[in-house]
Amino acid sequence: MTQKTVDRAQEYVRIEAVTKRFGDFVAVDGISLSIFKGEIFCLLGGSGCGKTTLLRMLAGFESPTSGRILIDGQDMAGIPPHERPVNMMFQSYALFPHMTVESNVAFGLEQEGLAKTEISRRVAEMLDIVKMGEYGRRKPHQLSGGQRQRVALARALVKRPKLLLLDEPLGALDRKLREHTQFELINLQEQLGVTFVVVTHDQEEAMTLASRIGVMNKGQIVQVGTPTDIYEFPNSRFVADFIGSVNLFEGQLVEDEPGHVRIRCAELDSTVFVDHGISAAPDAKVAVAIRPEKIELSREAPSGDENRAHGVVKEIAYMGDMSVYLVRLDSGRVVRVTIPNSERHADQRVVWEEPVYLSWEPSSPVVLTV
Amino acid sequence: MFGKRLVIGVPWFWLLLFFAIPFLIVFKISFSWMQPIQPGYAPLFSWVEETQRFVATLNLSNYEVLFRDPLYLNTFLYSIKVAAISTVLCLLVGYPMAYAIARCKPSTRNLMLMLIILPFWTSFLLRVYAWIGLLKTNGVINNTLIALGIIDQPLTLLYTDFAVYVGIVYSYLPFMILPLYANLEKHDLTLLEAAADLGASPTKTFFRVTLPLSMPGVVAGCLLVFIPAVGEFVIPSLLGRTDQLMIGTVLSAQFFGARNWPVASAVAIALLLALLIPILLFQRYQRRELEAAKR
Repeated sequence: MTQKTVDRAQEYVRIEAVTKRFGDFVAVDGISLSIFKGEIFCLLGGSGCGKTTLLRMLAGFESPTSGRILIDGQDMAGIPPHERPVNMMFQSYALFPHMTVESNVAFGLEQEGLAKTEISRRVAEMLDIVKMGEYGRRKPHQLSGGQRQRVALARALVKRPKLLLLDEPLGALDRKLREHTQFELINLQEQLGVTFVVVTHDQEEAMTLASRIGVMNKGQIVQVGTPTDIYEFPNSRFVADFIGSVNLFEGQLVEDEPGHVRIRCAELDSTVFVDHGISAAPDAKVAVAIRPEKIELSREAPSGDENRAHGVVKEIAYMGDMSVYLVRLDSGRVVRVTIPNSERHADQRVVWEEPVYLSWEPSSPVVLTV
Repeated sequence: MFGKRLVIGVPWFWLLLFFAIPFLIVFKISFSWMQPIQPGYAPLFSWVEETQRFVATLNLSNYEVLFRDPLYLNTFLYSIKVAAISTVLCLLVGYPMAYAIARCKPSTRNLMLMLIILPFWTSFLLRVYAWIGLLKTNGVINNTLIALGIIDQPLTLLYTDFAVYVGIVYSYLPFMILPLYANLEKHDLTLLEAAADLGASPTKTFFRVTLPLSMPGVVAGCLLVFIPAVGEFVIPSLLGRTDQLMIGTVLSAQFFGARNWPVASAVAIALLLALLIPILLFQRYQRRELEAAKR
């Protein structure tokens, strides 16, 4: 995960109450958002959540039904795509099939009316940056997926945009290449100081790339924050469930103090003690979210009579770096626990059908009110 | 294995029977002498009793005529000119139509294509005759223009080059539109967005992206119009100038009027050779495109 300091004072994109309707369907529903200069902002959400529509409105391919979009302080209403200071990397890459790699990259500069020598200098420079310098004379169909992705990136970046929009930039690459490319993208972004807005449905991609993530659902932004914020402090059941895996227990507030809360959950045989206060009405129905890696498994009963549960191991999935245990509690509820495989020999590990105790720290649960 | 050969064999047999053999017959006749009795031409090979020899009489004068008599070269060049101008006109009219259809909603597209093909359901001859009624001195167009007070005297529209262009463009337009549509309909529209995103205006985008990508359709459409238009004889006979013939008209006059089959055959062979050049160029172009797509 990357944690970068972004100059919050410099707002570059300002989205004000933007709504987009297609007929009766509301694709984007009153979104307000600020994107800062030099950050990588990820719009994360499932298919149909409106993230691509929002990106296309920034590029100018769609116009908002209501609301305003300002880029660098300038209202974008009525400004066609070819006059915006924005470039986009398309999900399909959209390379011109009849042009060589060089001509593809040069296309944008030719529209600016630059001198031929200047164009070829900048094209060569940009192709070197994306390590495609030797492929300038090839046609797109002679390149691999990863190479096409680099050309698409070079074509968008060669115009030196202040804002680069990336639609599922790594979606078409295989897993190994993806990871490699992610880090290259981040390096490139730092090197060139461009503001990135990335649309993705892949939470891992968002976590790796983003300085901030905006989680979208049904046309709205449900939470904005750093990857750590979003993962460790989700603000709703939706976000907790969407990002990573989580065990959610419905329960009731039984004790609500400024410094701690106690929650009773029907599916757990002990109360949950959380070492921070929350803002909720007394006796409110709440949910307790506990990440699988924050739960410990033990054969002996843990000390204390809170933050614990008892069950039987029903499934074990060995994933290499870690193992996933599905434990059925006495209440019948199945809980997901992940344990890193830090030792090579498995003598100490619990096995199938073994009764185990589950426990977690008071700082681990997140209490969700919505 | 046998089934596969059969499937490939049928078209080969068809081409042999209805193209290769007739062509060879015409080729043979083009080297014969004309004779007034049936079948109208002398045999190439004959057995001469007196000398006890097999004699081949090869007559090259039919081809010589084509070069000697300025009529042939003149009508040939005129045909090329008419066909070329008609092809360009077809392209200028057909491209926007094909483009518009390709960008329609899919449901509208089928209706539009139906409308393009609809005229084929009426006899070609009838449709050309209909143009006489429209173009003649007291025809629909002249009468309308006079009634509207735009002109005082009827315009000479019929029996001009203009009428031939109208006739050919009208008749051959679907052959231009259909291959263009087939090409334009396959275009990836995100390429247009990409061009706009990179700063190209819609006009620039058309000339740098859409037009180059539609070249296979343009070439196919142009050949489908140009090749039959060169040999066209119905339209120029009905609508065209009387003082200037097209090669197709000459060909038909030699066959059916003068009954000079050998010269008519020579004209046909010469025309075929002249048209072979653009066809071969097209095939080379297509092969290159195919190889590029494969790589």
